[in-house]
Amino acid sequence: MKITGAEIFIECLKKEGVRYIFGYPGGVVLSIFDLLYDNKDIQLILTRHEQGAVHASDGYARSTGKVGVVLVTSGPGATNTVTGIATAFMDSIPVVVFSGQVSTPLIGNDAFQEADIVGISRPCTKYNYLVKDVKDLSRIVKEAFHIAMSGRPGPVLIDLPKDVTASKAEFTWPEIKIRSYNPTYEGNKWMITQAAHLIAKSKKAVIIAGGGVILSNGSKELRELAEHTEIPVTMTLMGLGSFPGAHELSLGMPGMHGTYYANKAIQESDLLIAIGMRFDDRVTGRIDAFAPHAKIIHIDIDPTSIRKNVRVDIPIVGDVKRVLTVLNKVLKEDIKEQWGEVRKAWLRQIYTWRHERPLSYTYSDEVIKPQFVVEKIYELTKGDAIITTEVGQNQMWTAQFYKFDRPRTLLTSGGLGTMGYGFPAAIGAQLAHPNKLVIDIAGDGSILMNIQELATAVLHKLPVKVAILNNHYLGMVRQWQELFFNERYSYSHLHSDIVPDFVKVAEAYGAVGFRATKSSEVEPVLKEAFKIKKTVFMDFIVDWKEKVYPMVPAGAAIDQMLFEEHKDKPEKKLKAVK
Amino acid sequence: MRHTISLLVENKFGVLSRISSLFSGRGYNIESLSVGETIDPQISIMTIVTSGDDQIIEQITKQLNKLIDVIKVVDMTELDHVEREMVLIKVAPKQEDKAEVLRLAEIFRGRVVDSGQKTYTIEVTGDEKKIEAIVELLKPMGIKEFVRTGKIAIAREGVKKG
Repeated sequence: MKITGAEIFIECLKKEGVRYIFGYPGGVVLSIFDLLYDNKDIQLILTRHEQGAVHASDGYARSTGKVGVVLVTSGPGATNTVTGIATAFMDSIPVVVFSGQVSTPLIGNDAFQEADIVGISRPCTKYNYLVKDVKDLSRIVKEAFHIAMSGRPGPVLIDLPKDVTASKAEFTWPEIKIRSYNPTYEGNKWMITQAAHLIAKSKKAVIIAGGGVILSNGSKELRELAEHTEIPVTMTLMGLGSFPGAHELSLGMPGMHGTYYANKAIQESDLLIAIGMRFDDRVTGRIDAFAPHAKIIHIDIDPTSIRKNVRVDIPIVGDVKRVLTVLNKVLKEDIKEQWGEVRKAWLRQIYTWRHERPLSYTYSDEVIKPQFVVEKIYELTKGDAIITTEVGQNQMWTAQFYKFDRPRTLLTSGGLGTMGYGFPAAIGAQLAHPNKLVIDIAGDGSILMNIQELATAVLHKLPVKVAILNNHYLGMVRQWQELFFNERYSYSHLHSDIVPDFVKVAEAYGAVGFRATKSSEVEPVLKEAFKIKKTVFMDFIVDWKEKVYPMVPAGAAIDQMLFEEHKDKPEKKLKAVK
Repeated sequence: MRHTISLLVENKFGVLSRISSLFSGRGYNIESLSVGETIDPQISIMTIVTSGDDQIIEQITKQLNKLIDVIKVVDMTELDHVEREMVLIKVAPKQEDKAEVLRLAEIFRGRVVDSGQKTYTIEVTGDEKKIEAIVELLKPMGIKEFVRTGKIAIAREGVKKG
């Protein structure tokens, strides 16, 4: 029996086991929305902006490991998804975006609400399609889900012209084979053996774990590697949660706002084992001064990540989980080493660094320190929560002071650095985990970038908590202006002490709003918020002068760090701005 | 260093754009690019001439391989191979140079494919050096127009360099 393209679309999503679509209706997708109206298997979550829809699907995907699905209309509906798609692309998150398109005869005619979204999204999708014939639709959807999830995951966009969804074809669910797409999962055995011998020879090894460990569900294998060989682990922003943050071998985050001991360990190491990470400039600092004494083993599923930024001694292309499984086996069976003895001096050295300069801030009874709020959230949740962040100081303080113990508990825009990501991502995560505490740690700047999603959260009864670290500034911009632009705070003062009143904003949308202005109020506000089964905004008026430390200035080596006590005369030490 | 890279790609719309936007998006340079169908109409072959140090060329070939529509990438520079390019040159020589133009065309095994009152159009095929040489010689005679196809390349049978 022949069915319409719109019906085929629904059938495809059922086959893929899709439960939720995040989206927004419009002219050319009305036939699909009409089918969703009384569909029992698939629920559409109506966001209030298409960007919010993509971030929510991204949050859903990151927190579950499943594909996030988005449906929007043509033209502005489609172009509004671009930031969300680029965010998912940079962080390798599997999302499939369906955009409506004007009818095929009109394409290229500058029709109403026409945009060349396939052209626009080409550089920020893993792959994209324009469906020209309804007979190709089911194959394309199947391919899209496969491409999004396999290899190095990423977003895929499918553009659906109106006439294609209206015309009819038989529904088929074909076997797919893409001859030009064959990701490598198994690492080269010889290389892995070489890596094992290098690990055995090294005295001062460090593991850098990235988002790839989480994407491949390789946390158990990573922990086994670290504990067996007694090698300390530092986690990139995307890798936080891949290894327990409170573990004695954890060094926290490396790089620009990383810990002193992580950066020192990298710089002094004789072996770096980079796992599922890509040597982003925020991690490496000045590249030619990065890890000068280290040999580098690099494990990644994407061959282009290897030798892109740093020289590599042992490249291993493959899936992190599978490579680590083999590596652990080789290390246990073939190499007899008294690891404890080998690592003793190195671990003692790291212990010294850790105590020399731990992560710290100066607590105050009067004004709330933003780090104190993050610490309290960690303390009260005991790490058992899903945390999302926005971008800037709020993101870095979260990364520093919340010890992520489990994978998929930190959702943050690491690569693109998208303000406005955290709140809709929290909505997506809460939908997937109705009984979990989901908290967006936000800034007063970022939260306004997708504030409209309050309606989504409230109407879907999603008890997302938003902790706004309100310093009335674009804090990270202000920090750079203070340190590198002679305290000229050009357009970074938001006056969020005057507008908006976040408590009233929350209330206007039917959510609950709290405000805390003193340190003593932080814990009661958090406790109360966590108890309420409703969407809650917490407006923490924090010390606006507070900066994120340590800090590696742009263009400096990662052990050239600034610490809090230098704040009197920082400009003397700082010249490089790139 | 200059490299000639040969690509087998799916013959679909948008593929050329994926490849060219990869080069522009990552700041790589395309010196020439030619595309055509292979014997199998579902597959096209592209020849791209690009330049960069070893690390950049490695990234270019890896990034090309990563594109989903790319079936195979061969860096011809690493193989023993034959390269050819065709150019059409429209020359407007003075009366006294006309014979010289025809003589040069013959020396370079070129063909006169059009001749008018004032101009000759000469077709020349060859590798880069040959093309450069004839262009240099014809320049003083007055080149009015010049078009080139971009390079195409094919590996020699079964021999690997080094």
